[in-house]
Amino acid sequence: MKEQLEALQAEALQSIATTETIRDLQDIKVAYLGKKGSLTGVLRGMGKLSKEERPVVGEIANHVRTAITTALEEKTEKLEQAELEKQLEEETIDVTLPGRPVKVGGPHLLTSIVQEIEDLFIGMGYEVREGPEVETDYFNFEALNLPKNHPARDMQDSFYITNELLLRTHTSPVQARTMQEYNGEKPFKMICPGKVYRRDTDDATHSHQFTQIEGLYVDKNVRMSDLKGTLDKFAKKMFGEDREIRLRPSFFPFTEPSVEMDISCKVCDGKGCSVCKSTGWIEILGGGMVHPKVLEMGGYDPEVYSGFAFGMGPERIAMLKYGVNDIRHFYANDIRFLKQYHKA
Amino acid sequence: MLVSYNWLKKYVDLGNVTPEELAAKITKSGIEVEGVEYVSEQSTDVVVGYVASCEKHPDADKLNLCQVDVGEEKLQIICGAPNVAQGQKVAVAKPGAVLPGNFKIKKVKLRGIESNGMICSLKELGIEEKYIPTDIADGIFVFPEDATVGEPVDELLNLNDAVLELDVLANRADALSMLGVAYEVAAILDQPVKLPDEAVAVEESESVNNYISVEVEAIDLNPYYGAFVIKDVEIKPSPLWMRNHLMAAGIRPINNVVDITNYVLLEYGQPLHAFDYDKFASEKIVVRRAKNDETITTLDGQERTLTDENLVITNGKEPVALAGVMGGLDTEVTAETTNVLLEAAYFDAITVRKTVKQTGLRSESSTRFEKGVDPNRVKKAGIRACLLLQQYAGGKVVAGAAEFDELERTEKVVEIDTTHINNRLGTEMTTVDIASTLKRLQFDYKQDADQFTVHVPTRRGDITLFEDMLEEVARIYGYDNLPFTLPGGTGQSGGITERQQLKRRVKNFIQGAGLMENLTYSLTNEQDVKRLISPEVANVTTAPVALAMPMSEDHKYLRLSILPELLQVLSYNRARSQVNLGYYEMGSIFISAENELTTQPDEQLRLSGALTGTWSEQAWQQEKKEVDFYVVKGIVEGLFDYLQIPVTFSQTKLANMHPGRCALVEIENKTVGFLGQLHPTLQKELDLKETYVFDLNLEEVFTSYHAVPAYTQIPKYPSIARDIAFILDNDVNGGDVKQVIEEIGAPLVNRVEIFDLYQGDNLEDGKKSIAYSLLYQHPEKTLKDEEVEESYQKIITAVNEKFKAYVRS
Repeated sequence: MKEQLEALQAEALQSIATTETIRDLQDIKVAYLGKKGSLTGVLRGMGKLSKEERPVVGEIANHVRTAITTALEEKTEKLEQAELEKQLEEETIDVTLPGRPVKVGGPHLLTSIVQEIEDLFIGMGYEVREGPEVETDYFNFEALNLPKNHPARDMQDSFYITNELLLRTHTSPVQARTMQEYNGEKPFKMICPGKVYRRDTDDATHSHQFTQIEGLYVDKNVRMSDLKGTLDKFAKKMFGEDREIRLRPSFFPFTEPSVEMDISCKVCDGKGCSVCKSTGWIEILGGGMVHPKVLEMGGYDPEVYSGFAFGMGPERIAMLKYGVNDIRHFYANDIRFLKQYHKA
Repeated sequence: MLVSYNWLKKYVDLGNVTPEELAAKITKSGIEVEGVEYVSEQSTDVVVGYVASCEKHPDADKLNLCQVDVGEEKLQIICGAPNVAQGQKVAVAKPGAVLPGNFKIKKVKLRGIESNGMICSLKELGIEEKYIPTDIADGIFVFPEDATVGEPVDELLNLNDAVLELDVLANRADALSMLGVAYEVAAILDQPVKLPDEAVAVEESESVNNYISVEVEAIDLNPYYGAFVIKDVEIKPSPLWMRNHLMAAGIRPINNVVDITNYVLLEYGQPLHAFDYDKFASEKIVVRRAKNDETITTLDGQERTLTDENLVITNGKEPVALAGVMGGLDTEVTAETTNVLLEAAYFDAITVRKTVKQTGLRSESSTRFEKGVDPNRVKKAGIRACLLLQQYAGGKVVAGAAEFDELERTEKVVEIDTTHINNRLGTEMTTVDIASTLKRLQFDYKQDADQFTVHVPTRRGDITLFEDMLEEVARIYGYDNLPFTLPGGTGQSGGITERQQLKRRVKNFIQGAGLMENLTYSLTNEQDVKRLISPEVANVTTAPVALAMPMSEDHKYLRLSILPELLQVLSYNRARSQVNLGYYEMGSIFISAENELTTQPDEQLRLSGALTGTWSEQAWQQEKKEVDFYVVKGIVEGLFDYLQIPVTFSQTKLANMHPGRCALVEIENKTVGFLGQLHPTLQKELDLKETYVFDLNLEEVFTSYHAVPAYTQIPKYPSIARDIAFILDNDVNGGDVKQVIEEIGAPLVNRVEIFDLYQGDNLEDGKKSIAYSLLYQHPEKTLKDEEVEESYQKIITAVNEKFKAYVRS
């Protein structure tokens, strides 16, 4: 019987090895292991064996069953794998055809610039504040040390609505509003981006509407060197670590001392070219130490508190950073312009 | 302010500092030098020549044949200038000379006669036409008799001078004078200032009181008025050096008297005015406010009607000058003038500014009065002019000045100390450093240890506070020498507010949905300000907010909707063949319920979008799809879904919108905007194809927004999907049916979606079929089939009753 089993195993393995379809394997399984299968048939004859022989042959029979089952499983897996591979091969597509397009929108370049600046100052502990575009004469001028008839009001000829209301000419009124809100008690750092308006005829470098970002820091013992350090950080982050800054004295009614900040020209690396008018420097922003009268009107005691403020034009920064040559591009919204910068 | 380098050298030793280096130093110390220009480009071989003879060219009427002595040789030159004459000393470009513009002079033959060089006009020598005296505008320049034959003309005519263009800001009125600039440069270079000569020899035998008296009625507007009388002047050209300085400074020479007043104006920063004494027709000067409707004819020949806001100089009867702005024509100094009445006065800045604004007459004089002149220099300037009139017009200066004087001249005193200065600047300056800075500025001070009591000269009217002195010290010390430090924390954390975050998120969503951000102007025109206003805005608006004095009709009103500007942008792009566009803008509109604005308008943040053209392009795997109502609605629904704010839409009709394709957007029955297709008439007007818009009130949207909600259990029990299709009359809204399904199905029906709309074959006319998919799910148990079936039947009955709809089998 032992020989019979071994022959059966050899025969079964042989036919499994030569089978090429899963269906034939099924048949083989039934033929050998099924109820009426050959192995089952052989085992039926076990009853005739002696007590001693039965466990020995039983063990052999189990081995044979395991061997056939394993062979069947392995072969099945192999055939299934081959079948899958064949199927996948048939599913091959042309990967060079274009994909389904996704509609891509994006931010306006000025929004990107403003957000970049916002995030940069947020990192230095500044909060972002906003204020109304239609301002009172008080907040736009008087609270900033620009009393009525001050000659510097000419510098920012304004769009008045009534004698007391106008379109803000700068974002500086938000300084005055913030100081008032903080009651002259709380130290703070803030920046305020927003739209501003001046009586300028629109041309390549002027726009009757433009954006500004103003920054203000008020605390005890604020030093001018802090302003210089802060602006240096800003300039390097915005224009590159290899940029140098310089401060020049300037005049704004709401700061004293006042500064104008230049960065070394990126085009010529400070050697002098047409972009920097051969000076090696490009004007970026204005600022200074908050004028004591402005602090006082904001409720802060200028004997105790000091502060610095600065203001810049995102249009100008965008123009310098990306080489935009006409401010009107920002407001014409030509799709071909916007698309160039929507990832900026 | 144009500053001649050569002129400046009269007051400060500039050593070997070049004009360009000087410009850089001045800029760094506080006054921006916008440029350095030379009076003329370099020219070579142009010398003084003597016209020995001058005859008509035998063959040309308009040409002259001149023999010109240029020193070592005599040149025969043919000259076409009408004013050339024998005995003149002229500028001669010799053969081989190169004039500005790379104009090379060669020997030529003119009508058969040889010409060996050229007699030059100032223009040919490179001087700007607008500065050349009008009487020689078309002719050659004639040197004074004492010019040396053969001498190069460059220096004589100041052609090699560099002119620094200073951008003087409102606070530095002192730098609107050569002396002021001299003090500035002296401080920068640590040099002394050489002051001009004011020692005039007067005619002691005569007193000014015999000629003129001064009476000021408007004391507040004219605290000082000084009048000088100079007799027997001879009107002629001013000396060449003075003409050179004036031309370099951008002023056209006229005659000696006028040139001297201009020269002193530039030198001292003090405007002066010269009247013809004999035309003054009175021995009394009265300064007063003008009477309303009083008139004066100014030097430019214009008759001007005045108001009591203007200050006038009168002869006791009528105005003879508009104070500080322009003189009158009747008393003008002319070639016939022999006696001069000279005014040196201090006029109120605001009055001058108002008069300038009213008349549009901004001049070198008015600019200085507007910014404030040095009270201690007013009379000195008058005396300096008297001296120059004596020297260069042969005038006899009558002794004394007729004056009205209530002018405040005291110096401001500012206390500073080393510690305070270092604390504010972040520097480590010593007391010696500060003392040396004050010396360089030529400010008087008293020092007590590290305390300084500074007496600020009146020329620096801008310095009144500690901080002003702080700036002076810092800028002379050098901003470059300030250290870089970073401030400490304030105890506040930086960041953006919830509202600012929401704004960013909404933008991100809309951009993700495929729209490009726009920025347009807030100011708009009369037509656009009335268009496409959302109904909830129109309800609370009385009139648009208008500018008092618009610059143009295009930018006159503050917008009440962003859409008109957005549509202009679409048109603009379409005109440039950019036809497939999806744009949005987030920004404020300006709402007021007042007819006459007394308070700030409500600035409402809105989100508007406009889409036109193809939304998805045809490609190998997809069909081309044009923008339609549902594209726009999908974006808006998506936004509300993203923000988790329930929103509904209802059919509406609005002006300028397609009457059948427009919906209000509502949150809890409150209108927060609208969307739909533009009216075809408006589309045509704007030259647009089918265009769809949306407009939302973000203030309301943000109010309805709730930050991340508390956690709700994710359903554990299985859901059961059921589909149902209703046959409905065409005028029944699918959304209304959906609402009924949701109401009746609650709480078992978790979600209802419309997945198909069918009209056409197999349906009666006027009917449509809409298919809904319902999702049943219970949060706490597995639903039984009977429960679902019961709810399903209830829904069918309700929809049938309400809409006469039946189930499509």
